[in-house]
Amino acid sequence: MATPDKHSATDGAHAREPSFYTSKRGLMSWIITLDHKRLGMMYLAGTMFFFLIGGVAALTLRTELLTPELDLVTSATTYNKLFTVHGAVMVFLVIIPSVPAALGNFLLPLMLGAKDVAFPKLNLLSFWIYTLGACFFIYTLFAGSLDTGWTFYTPYSSNGGAQGTAVISATFGAFILGFSSILTGLNFLVTVHKMRAPGLTWNRLPLFVWAIYATAVIQILATPVLAITLMLLIIERTLNIGIFDPAMGGDPVLFQHFFWFYSHPAVYIMILPGFGIISELVAVHSRKHIFGYKAIALSSVAIAIISFLVWGHHMFVSGQSELAGVVFSFLTFAVAVPTAIKVFSWVATLYKGSIAFNTPMLYALAFLFTFTIGGLTGVFLGALSVDIHLHDTYFVVAHFHYVMMGGTIIAFIGGLHHWWPKMTGRMFNEAHGRWGCLIVFIGFNMTFFNQFIVGQQGMPRRYATYVPQFQLQHVLSTIGSYILGLGLFWTLFYLLRSLKTGAQATDNPYGGASLEWMTQSPPIEHNFHGQPRVDTDPYNFPQIDRSGGMDHH
Amino acid sequence: MSSAHGQSPKPPHAFFQHHYNTVEQQAGAAKLGMRAFLATEILMFSGLFLAYFIIRMFYPEMVLGSHELLSKTMGGINTVVLLTSSFTMAMAVRSAQVGNTKGIVINLYLTIACACIFMVVKYFEYTGKFENGIFPGKYFDYARASEYARAHGHELVGLPHIFFGIYFCMTGLHGVHVLVGIGVLIWILVRAKKGHFGPQYFTPVENVGLYWHIVDLVWIFLFPLLYLVK
Amino acid sequence: MLSMFFAPEIKEAAKAAVGQAAAATPAPATLPKLPPLETAHPWAMPTQASTFAESTDNLYFFITALSVFFFVLIMGAMFYFMKKYARRSEDQKTSSITHNGKIEFLWSAIPAVLLVVIFAWGEIDWIKQTTPPADAIDIRVTGQQWTWKVDYPDYPGVFLTSAMDEPLVTMMVPKGRPVRLIMTSEDVLHSFYVPAFRVKKDLVPGRYTTMWFEATTVGEFNLFCAEYCGERHSSMGGVVKVLEPEQFEAALREAAKLEQKATESPKDFGGRIYKRRGCDACHTLDDSPGNGPTWKGLYGKKETLSGGETLTVDDDYLRESILTPRVKVVAGYENVNMPSYQGQLDDKQITALIEFIKAQK
Repeated sequence: MATPDKHSATDGAHAREPSFYTSKRGLMSWIITLDHKRLGMMYLAGTMFFFLIGGVAALTLRTELLTPELDLVTSATTYNKLFTVHGAVMVFLVIIPSVPAALGNFLLPLMLGAKDVAFPKLNLLSFWIYTLGACFFIYTLFAGSLDTGWTFYTPYSSNGGAQGTAVISATFGAFILGFSSILTGLNFLVTVHKMRAPGLTWNRLPLFVWAIYATAVIQILATPVLAITLMLLIIERTLNIGIFDPAMGGDPVLFQHFFWFYSHPAVYIMILPGFGIISELVAVHSRKHIFGYKAIALSSVAIAIISFLVWGHHMFVSGQSELAGVVFSFLTFAVAVPTAIKVFSWVATLYKGSIAFNTPMLYALAFLFTFTIGGLTGVFLGALSVDIHLHDTYFVVAHFHYVMMGGTIIAFIGGLHHWWPKMTGRMFNEAHGRWGCLIVFIGFNMTFFNQFIVGQQGMPRRYATYVPQFQLQHVLSTIGSYILGLGLFWTLFYLLRSLKTGAQATDNPYGGASLEWMTQSPPIEHNFHGQPRVDTDPYNFPQIDRSGGMDHH
Repeated sequence: MSSAHGQSPKPPHAFFQHHYNTVEQQAGAAKLGMRAFLATEILMFSGLFLAYFIIRMFYPEMVLGSHELLSKTMGGINTVVLLTSSFTMAMAVRSAQVGNTKGIVINLYLTIACACIFMVVKYFEYTGKFENGIFPGKYFDYARASEYARAHGHELVGLPHIFFGIYFCMTGLHGVHVLVGIGVLIWILVRAKKGHFGPQYFTPVENVGLYWHIVDLVWIFLFPLLYLVK
Repeated sequence: MLSMFFAPEIKEAAKAAVGQAAAATPAPATLPKLPPLETAHPWAMPTQASTFAESTDNLYFFITALSVFFFVLIMGAMFYFMKKYARRSEDQKTSSITHNGKIEFLWSAIPAVLLVVIFAWGEIDWIKQTTPPADAIDIRVTGQQWTWKVDYPDYPGVFLTSAMDEPLVTMMVPKGRPVRLIMTSEDVLHSFYVPAFRVKKDLVPGRYTTMWFEATTVGEFNLFCAEYCGERHSSMGGVVKVLEPEQFEAALREAAKLEQKATESPKDFGGRIYKRRGCDACHTLDDSPGNGPTWKGLYGKKETLSGGETLTVDDDYLRESILTPRVKVVAGYENVNMPSYQGQLDDKQITALIEFIKAQK
């Protein structure tokens, strides 16, 4: 098998050139950059900043939950604001943008052998729209913050129950963020269709690209509905139109339908890119062809389509019709099948592979563990009778944290490590990385596994105080959250440190075979010298290794 | 080099963007991008259409009574105006295709003129409503509106402010899109006057045309549903 | 285990809390406590106390068993491969397998079949849960921030309101008889959730939602609000008490009685009404802000009404505000819709309340 350094021979013909970081200089060159790589790094900084804010809110409320009574947090309204901020920031400012906007922006043109995305100026606009939406959220925090829950259910959110202008600024912020998401999705869709390198057929695309593509489809089709929902909510609140407020003739359940029509596909916007990352990690670090390429690619598209049909499973007890419940339950189980196929395929990829237990691979394996639990617990919630008991309890909280955090965030961190050399030109300390993964894994499971238990025992969610019999589980969960927080801070620390003291990265430290590894680390401004061509799929490791290394020009 | 079915690639024009390999690639990307964007617009308006259908389902008599107060004449004029503007827009694209710069400019002027007429008629329509107490949401003056209705031989029942709320939302959002459209049309007009467009490059005209047709299409659905259907 | 370590302290704290709450005047600034129930061990399922509980739990166990089975299978394979195919040398050869149609079909079809089974099972139980029997006793539940108001159409005059710091019963039901709840909300969304019965349904303002259950064990069971409804969502709890059928009617009437006790002063009686009829959800006694004006210093106060006129708060105004609250609204509270207590409080009770208010200086 070829050693990693052999692969840099492909670019060895070119002397090391200024990377995209230094090819242009000055603050303005970042502010109005059209370079997808710079935009990706800016998104990375932004999403990680908000991850910190959302995380601090979470640690605070977990600390409050150590005891059944209110003590650290002195009023229930403050607690309610904390979980609202945690949810809204994490959903809109972190998880939805993180993989597509940060990693996707950086990697997509590279993986396609292109110089940039289809519409670089639109990409810049997307970033500043994200920033503007984020400003509205920050304003909300200072304007007294809101306490409606990130789901903004009416009539509480439309009716003055919640604090004054905060609802409007937060929903308007989310409205703006929606446009950032739509424009990014649109850009990626066109890029994948139109800017593939010669020879890069759909069947040869890296699975990360397939995942981003499916995500883009959802972003384009679902987010406009969120936009209109939030617009109607703002108008309801300011003008009392009477569409959601029963006092004026409206229907609160209609809001739930509108809201979940977007927000369910949104959760697939969150996880599909994570799936794409795992496909890359598992294949590269076991140096084996991904098992079931077609199944994984097409299942992403299937998930994207079916995801639009299952929104009512959030509303089994809402008062929607019984028949609707039956239909939504059935379709919810339908969407489980393509997801299961992926998990099986990833495990099968390990078979007769050559597995390296470096940090990215450890995160991928951790993902398989936590995401499987998350996915399986979704089955409980899709079953009508069981969901009656579990809806709006901590079981649901545990389920979505297992898939969103144990899924997307774990995959994101794994991807961050895997492409860290490419993005920064530095290697992080591998031992530090492995410890970090272990601490995060232990902390995560300890935080959230107990929540399944306490949920099925009947503890509802969004509770500031609780019945004393649940205290043990909450204490364990809070201790777990501190460990998780520690692991995440540790990861931040050694990653940032690597920027200063890490070893210089070669073009291809992990022996990947997709196009991003065929260029410098970090890449030059125009990504490649000339137009790369492709004549094989990016997972053909056994053949590549047998023929003694890759040669793509 | 990327070649489309054996033809040699077109030479780059003045607006060729260098992250693309060929002119065809750039044009194809721009068209696909606009189509994807229009899909999002359609979905956004669909949300409002859905809200309309639900209100209609919940309160059939109220909707029936209230919609009589909408001015079919003004709506009708606007429909004719927009249809005309779509035609002149298509003519503008055609002119660009054959390299008739004068044709592009004249047709764009006509399109913009139609759009402005639309907004003026809309202005009169809205002020006509406001004068009679018909405002969206909580500002709706039930007493004055009922008086106005009775004066025209109709009766307002139920909660008409809901219908009018939807009416203002839908026509308002559409109006915003017309205004944005006017802005974009002016931009294209300026570029056309500078001679930017010709047979080898007219994608912006085409794309603005697509946008304008969708704006027209939304109105074609809005008008009958809100103003006409019994 | 750790539970041993916690249990006695939890029990101590709970007892102290209940004792304290009963003795002191209610202070809504701190969140009132839910009634502590028997501390089950921390890993148990809740008691099965309704006809639905067993079948819901059975499906739950079935899904758990399947999940554990597949999880062990998948993780087992993963760990096994991790061990067997760990990279031992840089030249390690890997297989060229890219797919296997047969295996892929099997691992798609088998889960699909199992999922359909789970779906069908859940649906069958769901149909049972959404079809109340014809002989069900009707109970009306109205949710209002942050209290439950329960009345029994078959037993006119009986109103139960959950109080927030007395272990008072929110709802009483007979064992072995189906009970149908007809529910609505006065303000925002709430949800009626009894874990021991495995039932839950949202209360939606502007319409009625229904659910039904049949209790199978005598006892007291936690009731929680399960749809976020604002500040005191966490304390909008209560107790559903299941009684032997013979004792049900008598107990109902007794619990609904809100009469002045022989040794009780009108003021203290008023204090009980303040909690029992849910006044404490909106009116504080310590000048802290609430949905409605505080009662501290209210009697004799000069208030400005929403129309601009002023009046002095006296017995007549208080009586009027209780029976027809929206006629003379204090400025700033126009958007709060205080419900009327006409028919729910008799003259004696209103007088006692007024005495209680007078005492809040």
